[in-house]
Amino acid sequence: MKWDEFFVTGDPLIYGAMVSIVLVSLAILFGLTYYKKWGYLWREWLTTVDHKKIGVMYIICALLMLFRGGVDALLMRAQTAAPEMKFLDAQHYNEIFTTHGVIMILFMAMPFIFGLMNVIVPLQIGARDVAFPKLNAISFWLFFAGAMLFNISFIIGGSPDAGWSAYFPLASIEFSPTVGNNYYSLSLQISGIGTLLTGVNFIVTILKMRAPGMTLMRMPMFTWSVLITCLIIIFAFPVLTIALLLMMFDRLFGSQFFTMANGGMDMLWANLFWVWGHPEVYIVILPAFGIFSEIISTFARKNLYGYTSMVMSMVVISALSFLVWAHHFYTMGQGAMVNGFFSITTMAIAVPTGVKIFNWLFTLHKGRISFTTPMLYSLAFIPIFTIGGVTGVMLAMASADYQYHNTMFLVAHFHYVLIPGAVFAVIAGFHYWFPKVFGFRLNERLGKMAFWFIAISFNVTFFPMFFLGLQGMTRRTYTYSEETGFGPLNLLSMIGAIGLAIGFILLVYNIYWSTRYQPRDKTGDPWDARALEWSTPSPVPVYNFAVTPKVKGRDAFWFAKKNNEPLSDEKITKIHMPSNTGKPFVLGVAFFFLGFFLVFSWWTPSIIAGIAVLIILATMSFERDHGYYIPAEEIVQTEQKLRGDTV
Amino acid sequence: MLKQLFPIKHVAGYISSLVLSAVALVVLLDMPFASKMAILVVTAVLQASVQLVLFMHAGESEDKKSVYINIAYALFVGLVTIFGTLFIFVWGWYS
Ligand code: HEM
Ligand SMILES: [Cu+2]
Repeated sequence: MKWDEFFVTGDPLIYGAMVSIVLVSLAILFGLTYYKKWGYLWREWLTTVDHKKIGVMYIICALLMLFRGGVDALLMRAQTAAPEMKFLDAQHYNEIFTTHGVIMILFMAMPFIFGLMNVIVPLQIGARDVAFPKLNAISFWLFFAGAMLFNISFIIGGSPDAGWSAYFPLASIEFSPTVGNNYYSLSLQISGIGTLLTGVNFIVTILKMRAPGMTLMRMPMFTWSVLITCLIIIFAFPVLTIALLLMMFDRLFGSQFFTMANGGMDMLWANLFWVWGHPEVYIVILPAFGIFSEIISTFARKNLYGYTSMVMSMVVISALSFLVWAHHFYTMGQGAMVNGFFSITTMAIAVPTGVKIFNWLFTLHKGRISFTTPMLYSLAFIPIFTIGGVTGVMLAMASADYQYHNTMFLVAHFHYVLIPGAVFAVIAGFHYWFPKVFGFRLNERLGKMAFWFIAISFNVTFFPMFFLGLQGMTRRTYTYSEETGFGPLNLLSMIGAIGLAIGFILLVYNIYWSTRYQPRDKTGDPWDARALEWSTPSPVPVYNFAVTPKVKGRDAFWFAKKNNEPLSDEKITKIHMPSNTGKPFVLGVAFFFLGFFLVFSWWTPSIIAGIAVLIILATMSFERDHGYYIPAEEIVQTEQKLRGDTV
Repeated sequence: MLKQLFPIKHVAGYISSLVLSAVALVVLLDMPFASKMAILVVTAVLQASVQLVLFMHAGESEDKKSVYINIAYALFVGLVTIFGTLFIFVWGWYS
């Protein structure tokens, strides 16, 4: 391979990106050295096994990826803002919508959710950490390795360009000869291992590590949603893993699973992809339901309406989500019987989802509502998500879908579900739990400004796409002629996209501003909230709870506050903690190189990296580590420092 | 003493899973399709039980129930995927 094939050449946008990447990396290296922060970075972050810090790292990565994916989105909207634009060529446009889709779903929504659940779930169930802290660090570093591998593709070798669904035969080596789809296959496999481990880890944590008295039906709704989500993860992700593995064999080793000759079957890829893909959308949306439930009941000052039906509807959704996948390819050639079946199962999902919507509305009913920033996102979610749901039922009708399929109508629909369902939720959760992690709230005025920008611009961006789709504009088209008449609505959509960008910039500016000027919160419970995480001081000390709380019912912390009873009357004793380790990070690095070498089919380096992975895994298996103890006096001191002298 | 230290279950499980894999290779020989499928189904089910019982210790902990619910869920998803795919591509294919 020649150098000019190795780096992507010939596009000024990409040269600009290369230069800025080099400059930013140099600035980071220089900054770390100049301020002597290397040791701090290594000790406090790269080797940490603390669920809260791992959560924070997930969220930082997710925010960065939101910007990467957002820039992709802006570039696409710019290219289609007017007829016959010459801003991006077809190939570049293909690469951009592919990376946008993959990044937004797998490297933005998923890690953002993982970040929030890492920080919050152990606190909500009264645990000191997750069940397997070291495994948790491995999950994070594998996700990170996968995400970085995927992101370098646009300057080294070229990005995948067959859509985020990478349908065969287009994604085969015959029709996509660049290394782009190798990146797709390998980076998703690597980060997928991390995802699967997270699923296992949190199921065990939730089933095994709850504080005494916290029965399953007393758990906060967010924890419930995470439990169900993890269940879907461990059953859905293996299907993707195998599909990606077969894809890798087809592309790297000449096997014929998804080819159109020699007994291969291209349509089987689409089938397997969506067997995973539909449950995947519930993986990103169920935790959102949990987040909104927490926020709505906190700010309506009422307990959640219909707790049991909330839980049951999630259980039903998790089962139904495995029964609907063919609605993504009604037009592929199966008969009316098949389409009819999948139409009905799809529409059936609307029922448990509707139950949840009504539960939220009843929770709000007669509540004393305070309109904080997280609450605004939650309230805006309800009507916007309902539009997404209604258009979803339209798409679920197989015969009508022959008209909507692969048009901008679909693009509008899934953004109407994903943006309120996933993005609003994680931003709301971010505002809501921020004071728990950092000890101060984000500024409300800036937060609300960002909210209005985002909520209004979102509709300006995506509502026109419904009409564009009905007029016949297909998705994934990089340009159109003047005569189609698609120009004005696309321009409107571009204006909305700019508004969204402003909203997200305000959000980040708010983080900066609040870090400098917001007053610090001494109470640990700035929102007067209900679940156990608010009973700890903020920022939460490493050991989370000085003494394990005893739970007597739902909303344990709320009733402890109202009845003025302490959550536990036990004495502070020494606490056992897991010790830090650098191996998960090293494992991530090894996996990154393994993936990178495989992408380029450099066999000898691949084998060496593969052996390195195995050696690291072996040393981890034989390692003896008994953790360490924090002495009782130290805990007493920390608590006094964080809470003032009241304890 | 040695008996307690020696992980007899794991070694037995390891050997039997190797043997089961080897037995499955028999289908490469010339024989009717039906017997090939029979051999594969039987060895696959045995293999899965070896993994679940000997390595994953299903049935050993006090909360067996959650383990069994999990296995039931796994069976549900596996069967739905297989028979759903057959439904789409074979029985329900447009013709
Ligand atoms: C932030 C504002 C966003 C804008 C302006 C935007 C815009 C777009 C556009 C223009 C397309 C491609 C249309 C086409 O040519 O077919 C697209 C595709 C897509 N978007 Fe977004 N998007 C945004 C956020 C998101 C988010 C948050 C998610 C997911 C959580 C998401 C997921 C997707 C997916 C999966 C695709 C399909 C990619 C493909 O065709 O392979 N987007 N988006
Ligand atoms: Cu679906």
